[in-house]
Amino acid sequence: MDHFNPVETWERDRLQALQLERLQETADRLFEKVPFFRRKLEEAGFKPGDVKSLEDLEKLPFTTKDDLRDNYPFGLFAVPMRDIVRIHASSGTTGKPTVVGYTAQDIQVWADLVARAIVVAGGSQDDVVHVAYGYGLFTGGLGLHYGAEKLGATALPMSGGNTKRQVRMMVDFGSTILCCTPSYALNIAEVMNELGVERGEIKLKSAILGAEPWSNEMRDEIERVLEISAHDIYGLSEVVGPGVSIECVEKKGLHVFEDSFIPEIIDPGTGKVLPPGESGELVFTNINKEGLALLRYRTRDISKLIKEACPCGRTHYRMERITGRTDDMLIIRGVNVFPSQVEMVLMQIPGLAPHYQLVVDRIDNLDILEVQVEVSPETFSDEIKRLEDLERKIRDEVQSYLGVSVKVRLMEPRSIGRSEGKAVRAVDKRRI
Amino acid sequence: MKVRQISVFLENKSGRLLEACKSLAEAQVNIRALSIAETADYGVLRLIVNDPDTAMRVMVENKFTVSETEVIAVEVPDRPGGLAAVLAPLYETNVNIEYLYCFVEKSGESAMVVFRVEKLDEAIKALQAGGYNVMREEDVYII
Repeated sequence: MDHFNPVETWERDRLQALQLERLQETADRLFEKVPFFRRKLEEAGFKPGDVKSLEDLEKLPFTTKDDLRDNYPFGLFAVPMRDIVRIHASSGTTGKPTVVGYTAQDIQVWADLVARAIVVAGGSQDDVVHVAYGYGLFTGGLGLHYGAEKLGATALPMSGGNTKRQVRMMVDFGSTILCCTPSYALNIAEVMNELGVERGEIKLKSAILGAEPWSNEMRDEIERVLEISAHDIYGLSEVVGPGVSIECVEKKGLHVFEDSFIPEIIDPGTGKVLPPGESGELVFTNINKEGLALLRYRTRDISKLIKEACPCGRTHYRMERITGRTDDMLIIRGVNVFPSQVEMVLMQIPGLAPHYQLVVDRIDNLDILEVQVEVSPETFSDEIKRLEDLERKIRDEVQSYLGVSVKVRLMEPRSIGRSEGKAVRAVDKRRI
Repeated sequence: MKVRQISVFLENKSGRLLEACKSLAEAQVNIRALSIAETADYGVLRLIVNDPDTAMRVMVENKFTVSETEVIAVEVPDRPGGLAAVLAPLYETNVNIEYLYCFVEKSGESAMVVFRVEKLDEAIKALQAGGYNVMREEDVYII
């Protein structure tokens, strides 16, 4: 199978006609159903029927993560709750997660997008899709799961963790396509090695990897140690979850499924759309979603669009692998972490100096988040056990808030770099 | 009877102990006794010096994190069983020892044991009742 859905290879004219029709329908519907969007569209001078061409898109208002938070939890939903069949959520900056809702139709559309991604990775009905993304509010696990079922493949809902068991199931059940974060794929490879599992004992042929930033070098490594083809998948819960875009066999950019999302690249400072080929902030408009459809959602991810035709035959534009963020968000094992969240927790611990730094490193293929905190005269003690109590307290509080394990390191005063103006709160040492 | 101990937080990176000691040296502060407790990431340097006020000032000026703690210093005979014997009265009166460190006096006839305990007054009473010389602050500083 070359592709799952014929729309993937439609001529651009036909695809763009569909996009316009769907954009018009979406803008008009949001105006009618969601007071927030009505206000924003009115401020931008739009009323139903005003979107005449795809060029009008850049005149429409942006939506941001803050907008989702301000309308927490369901304020931006465009359908009554009785039509919502699924909720997902991701971590937010102030303790309020970003909540997204899906109708039955949305779940079908999403499954179709993920099925396309699995086909890109060589999947068919004959495959066993080993889903080692977390199942839960996070979109990774259930997203891949429904895509595998939609394709008619065999979904293996492993979820994350218990790596030895992952390897055992991989051998016993003959998993052929692995879905997880790239760092976890390397971790699985190592555990295979430790357990003495030979390459011949597993049937793995490809992997669909995402939910954290990675590089082509890391892909080479994964492909080498597991002897598979590794594909980058991109998505974010606000837009749909995994399945917004996927790398084809060419591995030169990720095809954005443009029948469902219109991608734009903007200058994050001015908000202006940038010419093709320039790097900037990636923005998506949902044109095929009922429950929660966002106009020009600012992802804060940095990428660029590739509009040249792709030898794989897909006509949908490609986006370059994500190269960074416009904010200070760190993605650690699929969890979004903002320094401001850590700061809020630290400030609630009496006596702590307001100087801290987050250092992320990848050690043995696992992302380690170290929280460095300066010891103050108030928190310092001549007794090691009291200092260890302090470390433990900080660790427990930060972990329970972020939902990701951290290491705490006490530092001498003034040892954390002070910068002019904006402090450098996060240092990412991962070589990606 | 209580002696002032200065504790310094040291990150586990090369040169930090040297810098701390240099700061004291430049201020003509003489170290009478010291111990270092360490973890993987940092250490705590504990010092008894001849001039605690100057030492505190110098360490703060040099941006070290310091704290002052009261400890007791006891003279014990410098021979086998010396330390074991001095621990007995503390055990009998249920005084918990957080940590201790020892050094030998110049005369070589006795050793000094520095105790960090929570119940300072009870410890002093117990040790004195056991016939031990709990040293006066000024005597410790001039040894």
